Amino acid sequence: TSNMKLILIFSALFGVSLCLETFVGHQVLRIKTKNEEEVKELQLLESLEHLELDFWINPSTPTLPVDVRIPANSLQEVKAFLESHGIEYSILIEDLQVVLDKEKEDMAYNQQRDRSSNSFNYGTYHSLDSIYAELDHLVSEYSDIVSKLQIGQSYEKRPLYVLKFSTGGSNRPAIWIDAGIHSREWVTQASAIWIARKIASDYGKDPSTTSLLNKMDIFLLTVTNPDGYVFTHTTNRMWRKTRSKNQGSVCVGVDPNRNWDAGFGGPGASNNPCSDSYRGPSANSEVEVRSVVNFIKNHGNIRAFLTLHSYSQLLMYPYGYKCTEPADHAELDALGRAAASSIRSLYGTTFTVGSICTTIYQASGGSIDWSYDYGIKYSFAFELRDTGRYGFLLPASQIIPTAEETWLGLKTIMEHVRDNSY
Amino acid sequence: DIDGVGHKYHLELELEDVLDKDSTVNCTAEVLYHLGNKNIAPDVQFTLEGELKNTDEADNVFYNRIKSLEKELVAENIPDNYGNVSPEMEPIHLLAWVASGYVIWQNSTENTKFQLAQIKHVKQVKRSDEYLEFDYKILLHEMLTQEIIPWQMTVLWHPQHGVEVTRDSRQPKQA
Repeated sequence: TSNMKLILIFSALFGVSLCLETFVGHQVLRIKTKNEEEVKELQLLESLEHLELDFWINPSTPTLPVDVRIPANSLQEVKAFLESHGIEYSILIEDLQVVLDKEKEDMAYNQQRDRSSNSFNYGTYHSLDSIYAELDHLVSEYSDIVSKLQIGQSYEKRPLYVLKFSTGGSNRPAIWIDAGIHSREWVTQASAIWIARKIASDYGKDPSTTSLLNKMDIFLLTVTNPDGYVFTHTTNRMWRKTRSKNQGSVCVGVDPNRNWDAGFGGPGASNNPCSDSYRGPSANSEVEVRSVVNFIKNHGNIRAFLTLHSYSQLLMYPYGYKCTEPADHAELDALGRAAASSIRSLYGTTFTVGSICTTIYQASGGSIDWSYDYGIKYSFAFELRDTGRYGFLLPASQIIPTAEETWLGLKTIMEHVRDNSY
Repeated sequence: DIDGVGHKYHLELELEDVLDKDSTVNCTAEVLYHLGNKNIAPDVQFTLEGELKNTDEADNVFYNRIKSLEKELVAENIPDNYGNVSPEMEPIHLLAWVASGYVIWQNSTENTKFQLAQIKHVKQVKRSDEYLEFDYKILLHEMLTQEIIPWQMTVLWHPQHGVEVTRDSRQPKQA
């Protein structure tokens, strides 16, 4: 009959709910026995099945404590027993269910973290493969604003990956940032990947980054010279150039920051393939350089070109190939100073501001000279920490502080670009 | 500009103790780069306005530690490729830095800017007298050309007698 069915259903449900054992109000006590007699008393307690005691450490010898879980209903009886026999105890766990709930919460959180954050340590130097894997993690973790593009291949056929940060629109005005064009400048690739995560995680939280990405896109090339970077890990830590073969010479590689079409062939670059500042056989001969040039030209709406180098703590604007001032000298100098001031605000790190030619040396074929003459007004080159104590071999402990302060400088420039369309 | 002689620079510097950023000393100097012959080191005159910190204690600790080594000290890659310098190697690093300063001075022109990039190899040389002797193979980084130049230098040191570079030579660069 229908009544029977109802009873069946209810009892089934009741049975199921009983199986969900909970430990609400259960306490775990630690009992310190003083002698054999007390141990025997506890063994007596153990035999009282109606109490449903769960001994985590059974009573056996006076030298060991006895830990026991006591259901809520039995608490009063057990405590009365212990107190009347003068047996000392302390409460290890007030309410077991609370502990279990917290543990479940922690596990769920950690599982989520593991899925999303992995174990990439931003405070240490990484291999190319490790950096490339992290690029993919960032894309999957922040897929609504980060995507990865391949803009070309290196000489040894390694992919050149650019991260695109965008909240939509169509070919929005954009900022270009690159790092590691000179492979031995390890703090730049390391800072770039930190900055990538910073941009992604700050969107929606930091007002400046949020308003920036609501209007503009950011393109970030974390490893501009992957062949050189791998070489610094496998063979020569001090390698700077690309790894392209030079016709008629045993020496390998071209200085990618003398290879741009800006005063190419002029002073400040060598025509000797064995030199660390060898300009290459012709402008854009290096595929790494060509890939960036093509990307910038095809995009057509890049408003700032920012490149990271190390070391020396400098913030420079054009020109390098000639010592005359660029037309926008005043604005670039003021903006550079503002950025250097932002950098200094964090850890007191001082950057010297000026044009390449007046600050370090005359150097032809440089990237920001090309970008500036191409029409990208806000072209800056950073030389990050330090000033020579460790030079290229900057201790890993300085990676994150360097990245943090550099990010402040970049932000200052990007905010200005955002607010000054041209 | 000094006609027929060279270029003279007058400098006002603040020296900062690498190991104690708050400890500074002012210094004035005159540097004369000679015209023409680039094989002569620039002339340097300087005046310290104040005193340098006394380092006797640390010097003696280091000196005694090396003196009591059973085998001659040998080490490579200081700092290592990741910028690490072990505490035991820190004085070896600092000694190289001082000694390389001499080498840099001897090889400087108005168009060079050298830094010590790395110690590739250092080997202690046994001596019968009180001095410590180290044979260093270092890498110098030259800013304008961006070259990494291997250099050999033989360094003598004694707590009371200071640092002396007794021999040094530029090494051929690996391809």
